[in-house]
Order: sequence, then structure tokens, then C-alpha cells
Amino acid sequence: MNRKRLKIFEKVFGVVLFSSSTVTSLTVLFIIVFLFNEGIGLFNSTPVEKKYQFIVSNNNTVKELSSKQLKDIFNYDITNWKQLGGSNDSILLFTINDLSTYFTDDELGANFEYLPSKINELIKKNPGILAYLSDKYVPEHLEGHVIPLTKISIKDFVTGTEWYPTSEPAPQFGVLPLILGTLWVSFGAILIALPLGLATAIFMAEVASQRLRNILKPVIELLAGIPSVVYGFFGLVVLVPLIQQLFNLPVGETALAGSIILGIMALPTIITVSEDALRTTPTSLKEASLALGATRWQTITRVTVPYARSGITAASILGIGRAVGETMAVLMVTGNAGVIPHTFLQPVRTIPATIAAELGESSYGGLHFKALFALGILLFLITLIINTSVELIKSRKRS
Amino acid sequence: MMSFIHKRIKQKIAFSFFGLVSLIVVGILFVILGFIIFRGISVINWGFLTQMPEEGMTKGGIFPAIVGTLCLIGGSMIFAFPIGVLSAIYLNEYLKETWLKKFMRSMTNNLAGIPSIVFGLFGMALFVNKLKFGDSILAGSLTLGLLALPVIIRTTEEALKSVPDHLRIGSYALGATKLQTIRRVVLPIAAPNIITGLILSISRVSGETAPILFTVAAYFLPKLPHSMFDQAMALPYHLYVLTTSGTNMEASRPMAYGTAFVLIMIVLIANLLANAFRRYFGKRNKMN
Repeated sequence: MNRKRLKIFEKVFGVVLFSSSTVTSLTVLFIIVFLFNEGIGLFNSTPVEKKYQFIVSNNNTVKELSSKQLKDIFNYDITNWKQLGGSNDSILLFTINDLSTYFTDDELGANFEYLPSKINELIKKNPGILAYLSDKYVPEHLEGHVIPLTKISIKDFVTGTEWYPTSEPAPQFGVLPLILGTLWVSFGAILIALPLGLATAIFMAEVASQRLRNILKPVIELLAGIPSVVYGFFGLVVLVPLIQQLFNLPVGETALAGSIILGIMALPTIITVSEDALRTTPTSLKEASLALGATRWQTITRVTVPYARSGITAASILGIGRAVGETMAVLMVTGNAGVIPHTFLQPVRTIPATIAAELGESSYGGLHFKALFALGILLFLITLIINTSVELIKSRKRS
Repeated sequence: MMSFIHKRIKQKIAFSFFGLVSLIVVGILFVILGFIIFRGISVINWGFLTQMPEEGMTKGGIFPAIVGTLCLIGGSMIFAFPIGVLSAIYLNEYLKETWLKKFMRSMTNNLAGIPSIVFGLFGMALFVNKLKFGDSILAGSLTLGLLALPVIIRTTEEALKSVPDHLRIGSYALGATKLQTIRRVVLPIAAPNIITGLILSISRVSGETAPILFTVAAYFLPKLPHSMFDQAMALPYHLYVLTTSGTNMEASRPMAYGTAFVLIMIVLIANLLANAFRRYFGKRNKMN
């Protein structure tokens, strides 16, 4: 009897174990599904909120307008339909705010009852008109036609150079500046962290005594344990003013500040992973080198480091991965200007920092919200590629 | 002979350089810790730890943020610790080297590499919006729990692997079942290292900001949460708010130093505790 109960209990426990590890392994898939679920709606949707329409004259031959073209029109960078492939008519912008420049209150009627016919009149009279109207002002028997807007494509999203997600009437969802900002800051971080980290790893694995190692190890663990918001705080109150004074800049919040802080944050990853790699070098190889009369230093540069090369590569890729995904510290020290960076002494904006800074202000389910989730997908894919390549490097080493 | 001396000098220079760089790395840590401890310690007093924030967060204390962070630590661990440990037991003790094990392991590794802000997005999409928990301690705890899962799984697996196989075989030989072996033999030996992992993941969870931005954190909420469906303040978010968007940033600077000090102390104590644990039980196990 007791034996039977034990068996059942054993079975139940096995099921519990299986389900908990299934939950864990499926979490990654869940994350993908939910990010796509929220973010994918950005693509193939029009860049302007649904309740607004752009209306042109019936004679207008332009097929559709993109968000970028709209922005240029509203900034008066494009002033003629010819520039958009249409006929030679200069563009006349009309929004509801311009109503009083064309019509008097009497003409519109006390309750705006003549408004639709007046708008029709205006559209008919001006072949170059571009009217930006809320749905409720669009006349029923329209004398012009609604011009369709180019849908947001993945290509435009990734290659667009302007990120103005809240600009009216045409928001710009180009993430190239954010991608470049992220890469600048991350590569800057690795330039700082790799030499420091590698030197420390070699020191710990090959030079330091056991006692010294026992001191260094917890120090590096502690460095990894400091919360990113504390790094950001430290960067903001110490590093940023320092950089500002040193380079005589208007603001100290720069890519350089972000790179230094991220470099420090990536150090523990690089040190631990490359130290582990250096330790896997077989003692027989090292002893053979020493027996041939090489010094320890020659052994390190000619035997140990070349043998651990793939591990060191993995360490630097992991370090970049850490830097790419870091949010709070970067948000606090890089100044968050969404422009394509040209020097390290410029403010930049990274993908995670953009999500963190803007998601709270975007309305749920709106285009901006979706665009931020699309950024999340992008970030997820970048880190996935990084992790997979590290796994590949490691497994190739093993075989 | 000449070249031998030459080589020696070269080695000496290289090794001193590496030593110097290691010293710099240690120095960086001490500069950061020292700066925050030095500036923060003067702010810390009983009132700071037990009072509500006042006057636009320029005076008073950080009590609700401390309570909020404790709630989040508790909530995330209640969820993540059992699942993490159970998953690790399954991976290490039950699964053989099959595609399933490879799949599960690579999934957990991938989970560990996902940036914390992506966890925040996911938590917002699933817990806050889909499951309609709203901005709440529950949603924040679940999000932070997911973040801590891979840490717990990894440390638990390491702990289980360090249990020698002959003990398991001995237990089977005495007629014990698999479950009995795990409960009576494997887990007691692995326990100290599993607890070490728990402490380290608590330290990690207490400092994470990005996952709680959109799932739980309140900008300013001078009262304590009553249920797990309430919003709460949290230490790391409080520090972020104080430094970047306070109403009077100069006046709230001391509060920020104090908050950073408390955060650093949590991490410091957790690390010391974990190290002490490891050392103490490591010695004991070796003696046996």
C-alpha cells in the first residue's frame, strides 16, 4: 500500500518537475509571441491616426504620400506637386486652423452648416490643395479625393533616419539613429572594457597567486552586482560633469559617458568568461612551452592566449550583448538625442533608452506604442543573434 | 645570456602592467562604492529609513520605497525560486542528454541573455494589459521573477552537479527511489549553494529598474501598498526619479545619495552573505 502511494507521489512529482521546466523554456517563446503581437501592427498601418484624412483635388495625379513626404510638405521643404511626380502646381496646405483666412464667420453659418460646401468650393478652386481634415469636416459629396498614405514598411522602419514618433501630423518612425547610437555606445564600451578586462583575466588566470585571486574574484562579482541605476547615478553626478569640463562641452551627457559606464559594467562579464577560457588551456601545453625554454610571458602570448582565442571572442561578444541591452545607466548619462552620432562627444540615444523613456508617455495601442514594441523586437533579435553566435563559438570549440 | 635577461625584463614589465590594470579595475569598484557610501552615509538615519517622503521628495524618508522593494523581492522569489529549483532538478537529475535537454538548456541560456527592458515590455503586454493585473506588485513580481529564473536555474544546476554521483548510486543501492534520493541525499548537500544562488538573485532583483518601469513602479506614492494589486514605489526607480525628474533636483540630491547608499548596502550585504555561506559550507563539505 505504502509502496503504491510512493509510486503515485513519484509520478506526480515528475509531472510537476516537467511542467516547471517547460514553463521556463517556453517563456522565451512567449516573449517573442507577445512582443510581435503588440509590435507587428506598426507595419502595414498608415502613419496617421485613423480619424484624419488628407484630401486633394480630383485633377491631382499623385498616387500616394509617405510620412516623410508629408513632413517635408508641412515643413515647406516640398512646395510643388511636381517634386512628388505630379503636375506643376504649387502645394496649398489647408488645415482647419486656416478656416478664418478663407471664409468669414457669416459665410460658414452660425452652426458651421455651410462648412462642407465651402470646403468643397475651396478644393474645386485650387488644383494644388492638400487639405488635412478631421473625418467630421470631410464633406459628404466630396469634390476631391482622399489621397492614400504609404503604409509603414519594415524597410522604412529600419532605414529611416528620423525618429519623431509624436510629431503632428506625420510621425516619423525611422530607427537608424537609434541603432547607430546603440552600436556607437556599445563598441565604445568594448574598446574600453576589452583591454582592461583581458589584462585582468590574464593576470588572474596566469600571474596572480591563489590568495590574490581570492581577493579579486569577489571584487569582480561585486562589480557585476551593482545595480545599473546606481552606475547611472554615479555617471550622472561624477562622470558627466567631468567630461563636460574636460572637453569644454555645452553638455556632458555624451556617447563617451555612456561608453565608459557601459565599459565598466561589461568588465565582469569579459573578465569571468575570458578567465574561464584561459583556464581551459591544458597544463601539458603550457609545460611543453616552458620546457622549451620559453618564459611564462612567452607562454602566455604564444600558447595560452591563442588556445583560448575563441573563449575570448565569446567574452567580447557577450560584453557587447550586455552593453546593447543595458537600459537605465545609458538612459541617465547619454543625453538621449535622437540624431545620428558623428563623434563620441555628442549626445546619443540607444534603443533600450528610447523604450524606457517613451513607453510611459505613449497611449496604449497607438502607433507610438506599437513602434516601441517593434523596437523591443529589434533589440530582442539583436541579443538573440549575439547569444546564438556565442553558443556556436563555444560548441565549435568543444568539438 | 643577454637575451635571457632581456626576456626576463620583458616579462617583468608585462606582468607589472597586468597587475596595474587589475589594480585599476579594483580601484574603479572602490571609487564607486566609496563615493556613494561617503556621500550617502550622512543622510542615513532612522527617520530616513522609516518616514514617508515629503515636500516633493526633498525631505522625509524612503520608507514606502523600501517596503515596495521588499514586496517585489518576496513576490518574485515566491514565484521564481520553486520553479527555478524544480526546473534545475528536472534538467540535471531527470533528463538524459537528448534534444529536449539541449532545447531546454539553450532556452534558459537565451532567457538569461534577454535585456531587462524587454522583460519590462513583455510584463506590460502580458501581465498588465492582457491579464489585466494593471500596474501592480503582482505584475512587477512576475516580471522580475522571470528575470531571476535563469539565475536561479544556473546556480541550482551548478549546485546539483557538485554532488558526487557515488552518493546517488549508494542511495539507489539501498533501495531508495529517485525522489527519495533527491530529497534525502542530493538536496541536503546542494542546499547551501542553492541558497547562495537565492541570495544573489535577490540582490539582482532588488536593483533592477527597467522591468518595473511599466509594471509596478509609482513615481510618488506616500502610502504603503495594501494588496498585491496596488502600485508601489521601489528603491531603484526612486533613485532614477530623484536624479532625473524630481521637482527640485538640487534639493533632492541628498535623498538620492541616501537611496543609492541603501541599494549598495543591499547588494554588498547579499554578496558578503553569499560568499560567507559558500566558504563556510565549502569547508564543511570538504571535511566530510
